[in-house]
Amino acid sequence: MQINVLEYLEKTVLQVPEKIAYSDGTESLTFRQVFEYSRAIGIFLLENGYTREPVVVFMRKHPNTIAAFFGTVYAGNFYVPIDEEMPRHRIALIFENLHPRVLICDRETKQLVKEFSYQGQVYCYDEMINTMPKEEMLCQVRREAIDTDPIYIVFTSGSTGIPKGVVACHRSVIDYIEHLSEVLEFSEETIFGNQAPLYFDACLKELYPTLKFGATTYLIPKNLFMFPIKLVEFLNQYRINTICWVVSALTMISGLGVLEKIKPNDLKLIAFGSEVFPIKQFQLWRKALPDTKFINLYGPTEATGMSCYYKVERDFLPEEGIPIGRPFANTRILLLDQENCPVRQGETGEICIAGTPLTLGYYNDWERTEQAFVQNPLNVFYPEKIYRTGDLARYNEQGELMFVSRKDYQIKHMGHRIELGEIEANVNLLEGILSSCCIYSPKKDKIVLYYVGEMEKAEMAAALKEHLPRYMVPNFIERIEEMPFTPNGKLDRVSLKQRYENRR
Amino acid sequence: MEELLAILEELHPEVDFKTCHTLVDDKIIDSFDIVSLVAEIHSEFDVAIPAEEIIPENFNSAEALYRLIERLENED
Repeated sequence: MQINVLEYLEKTVLQVPEKIAYSDGTESLTFRQVFEYSRAIGIFLLENGYTREPVVVFMRKHPNTIAAFFGTVYAGNFYVPIDEEMPRHRIALIFENLHPRVLICDRETKQLVKEFSYQGQVYCYDEMINTMPKEEMLCQVRREAIDTDPIYIVFTSGSTGIPKGVVACHRSVIDYIEHLSEVLEFSEETIFGNQAPLYFDACLKELYPTLKFGATTYLIPKNLFMFPIKLVEFLNQYRINTICWVVSALTMISGLGVLEKIKPNDLKLIAFGSEVFPIKQFQLWRKALPDTKFINLYGPTEATGMSCYYKVERDFLPEEGIPIGRPFANTRILLLDQENCPVRQGETGEICIAGTPLTLGYYNDWERTEQAFVQNPLNVFYPEKIYRTGDLARYNEQGELMFVSRKDYQIKHMGHRIELGEIEANVNLLEGILSSCCIYSPKKDKIVLYYVGEMEKAEMAAALKEHLPRYMVPNFIERIEEMPFTPNGKLDRVSLKQRYENRR
Repeated sequence: MEELLAILEELHPEVDFKTCHTLVDDKIIDSFDIVSLVAEIHSEFDVAIPAEEIIPENFNSAEALYRLIERLENED
């Protein structure tokens, strides 16, 4: 039985050593190179005394970054991807949470590291990959490894303004990759076009099946997602046949009328998720690519990626939603009501997830781990963990799961999970701010910020870019004289939302 | 031009669109902004920007974008 994700690589490198594993269109790594470089990095880390600890990988999106990930795993460590796109403040918080002793950078990010108060070692990727192989060291790490050892930590939004580091282990990743591959029918013929940043769990869908099958992943340059015709040309140039993208990347293409001019001819599978796909846009895709399979995916980072899937095989009315379907094999979904009882047929409840795909919890954060990863309330006899997603869903008449909404102020925007409270927490930290309220308008798909305070609007926008990831910076900002309150003294979010939607 | 500047300033109040000519090159605007801009320009100017015009050259500055709008208006 497989207990380590690297076994995928070790099997594939014997079969197709010279095939391209990862490429960004300009630079590529073959499986042999991934194998050699990641082992060299592993030995480098071991020789310098780093094992069973977080290793920060602060590199640009590049095939080398992926080799660095596997290198940290070879040494029995877990990788923590950091990216220059992340705001400085967030990176600083991540360092505070991890207290890492070691960081891997590339030539470009080497300078950026100096801006932080980080005190640990900094190694450059280029100097690590020339380490002489020492088989015995790696073998010993592997002999002592167990499949509940962590592989990575990815950070997600937290309502207090402090991001949460989700720790995933070999067993949950292997389980996820096996079941995902079966449903999505990946093979050695698969050519992935990756959209997700490497610092999110969403990229697991491409990185690990590529190793498992000897497939190929193209990391699509980010700026192509602004220029849809160039994007489709890229897909066609590399004969990309499989994409797993956020909905907003797909609707950008269809919404701007691109499919009438140029089609991604080789696409056999389009998996989408993280957001509701507007049916009108979805129909444009289906009409343009009638032979392509479409699969809706749903899942939280805390359950290692995706937990549910739905193969779209029937037509939908414009006002209908596409189901999130049913759980992958070896994943169990419970819908619980407010009294922690299973809901009755057709009723709405919170999605709770049980099974091997659950991650280990939040790194160095026992309190928030215990709030979200809890004992299954339906089982009083032995320990059984479930993860409470905070997402509400119900079963439709066909027995398919339908996403309803969030329980709290968490939203999905551009495929990212965002706590509106985190934005407010950051606004309230700024000097001279009396109060703030962040709302989301699903109608306009915009994050809207109202605040009371001395700061000018332009100053506010500039300050927020320092503190928040780009996708969390409000799309519309307005300074107001005073906040509206409800009769029982709470911020009146409903009236602010109306104020925004009725303007002009 | 004033109308266009108003749209842009609402998207990014912190940017001086009169002088910036590297909106795309310096990653000041992102894909979400492009989609918003195309929609706003459609409703304010009644100009539909076709997909083949959504290229970096046309979005690097307010001026370039305004020239594109004018060109498309004249084509009608």
